[in-house]
Amino acid sequence: MATIIVVTSGKGGVGKTTTSASFATGLAQRGYRTVVIDFDVGLRNLDLIMGCERRVVYDFINVINNEATLNQALIRDKRVENLYILPASQTRDKDALTKEGVERILSELKQNFEFEYVVCDSPAGIERGALMALYYADEALVVTNPEVSSVRDSDRILGILSSRSRRAEQSENPVKEHLVLARYAPDRANRGDMLTVQDVLEILAIPLLGVVPESSAVLQSSNAGIPVILDENSDAGLAYSDLVDRFLGKDLPHRFIEIPKKGFLKRLFGGG
Amino acid sequence: MLFIEVFQDLMLLPRSLHASNAETLPFELKGSLFTLTVMHLFHLDHAVIERHLLDKVKQAPGFFNNTPVVIDLEGMTEPKQAIDFERLYALLRKNGLIPVGIRNGSPEYQEAALLAGLPMLPERRSNTNANGLIRKTDLNELTASLRNRIIRQPVRSGQEVYAPDGDLIVLGAVSAGADVIADGNIHIYGALRGRALAGVKGNIESWIFCQSLEAELISIAGHYQVCEQFNPTDLAKAAQICLREERLIIEHLTR
Ligand SMILES: Nc1ncnc2c1ncn2[C@@H]1O[C@H](COP(=O)(O)OP(=O)(O)O)[C@@H](O)[C@H]1O
Ligand SMILES: [Mg+2]
Repeated sequence: MATIIVVTSGKGGVGKTTTSASFATGLAQRGYRTVVIDFDVGLRNLDLIMGCERRVVYDFINVINNEATLNQALIRDKRVENLYILPASQTRDKDALTKEGVERILSELKQNFEFEYVVCDSPAGIERGALMALYYADEALVVTNPEVSSVRDSDRILGILSSRSRRAEQSENPVKEHLVLARYAPDRANRGDMLTVQDVLEILAIPLLGVVPESSAVLQSSNAGIPVILDENSDAGLAYSDLVDRFLGKDLPHRFIEIPKKGFLKRLFGGG
Repeated sequence: MLFIEVFQDLMLLPRSLHASNAETLPFELKGSLFTLTVMHLFHLDHAVIERHLLDKVKQAPGFFNNTPVVIDLEGMTEPKQAIDFERLYALLRKNGLIPVGIRNGSPEYQEAALLAGLPMLPERRSNTNANGLIRKTDLNELTASLRNRIIRQPVRSGQEVYAPDGDLIVLGAVSAGADVIADGNIHIYGALRGRALAGVKGNIESWIFCQSLEAELISIAGHYQVCEQFNPTDLAKAAQICLREERLIIEHLTR
């Protein structure tokens, strides 16, 4: 049985696509057949971050409109086995995303392609694209930044997950919710410039899957078209690795919540 | 006198994503439940109205922030007094209120209001008189028909939960941007960060209980306070709230 996971947030620019790319890559690295779908019709970001933008011929909307088969549209990742990308179209209008179309493709991915995990990278907002990305989800990674407006939007998305997803409408078990706190800077949180992990948990009251630190490695990786989880020397890469392991059931302590000791010593001795 | 009340739209369509047909719909009509401020107009004197509005704004700055308002004409002391609705509209608008309709007017008032773009809204439901107070006999009927509603999840930003004819019990927190509304009492076994309106059909005996008072607004039988009016020592503490002599009383809940 495949599990459908939506990566969502409400607000834009919080790290959904970054998280989708690394999360899907991590699952595949650990041996699970995984596909990641870009629901952000019109923007098309995921293929850039996955480094496969030159190999896009057909897209998600083509498949929904029966202009291409899934076989033609799915892109096999060159670095990681078991990993496939279904890119979004850059031009077509968002109305092409229909409930029936999305359902047909998801069930084909589950049945004919035997994927174990389907990761849906949601666009921002609470419009059609975002609603379609979360409608069929079994689990949700809710990506939040440690600031009030981002937390408020995530709260709203959690409300939608619990009332307007397929599971909610059919009164099945609710969508399983996980919090991903991205772009976290412990020193700024301690100074009160940002919310702390505790603040965010108190408001959203869902289990914390991982804290991803604010890191220059993220921008470097996305410029290079390599999901940051593959950069094993970076703090963000390690954070995503832990996050995937935790998702798969490992009990790991959260790193990157405290102010790094090194930075503190550096400041003390004025070293560079 | 201002009251906050609840209207239920007549047309309630299922809250689902609309299925797409060959042609996509340019819009969708959905029923929704709103809390609206009702202005009970007693007599029309523009200068006096304006003075009282300015007083209100002084008490709660920022509360009339393009606030939609319904003008209730039931209590007009001289029901034959002509009302220039366009002038009234402009006056309210200038003071941060936006009239969206009238209620309880004579046919003449209704016609004049409609010409000014103000439709007639459904009448207040039973159980309350013009002052929002409940009549003794109705109270017995109400207690007989109590139906309580239990919400086992947090109420999230953008959500609204209403318990008609009974108590509302929320087992989690009520987020900022969420509304919880009941004809009876409201019990929140978590933080109240949104708005809680108890006794919305006028039951002045209603209470609000919460584990942590961080609300945007609390209201019992139309008497409300916004967070700016709270005593800072009441904030973030377990609280019980009731109405005494038309005033909201906030007390700490101690174990
Ligand atoms: N942990 C992080 N540290 C630093 N920058 C980040 C981090 N996560 C995301 N970003 C940056 O934030 C921007 C938005 O990220 P993206 O994943 O595209 O967000 P979304 O999909 O939610 O709009 C990008 O420029 C990305 O490089
Ligand atoms: Mg994105």
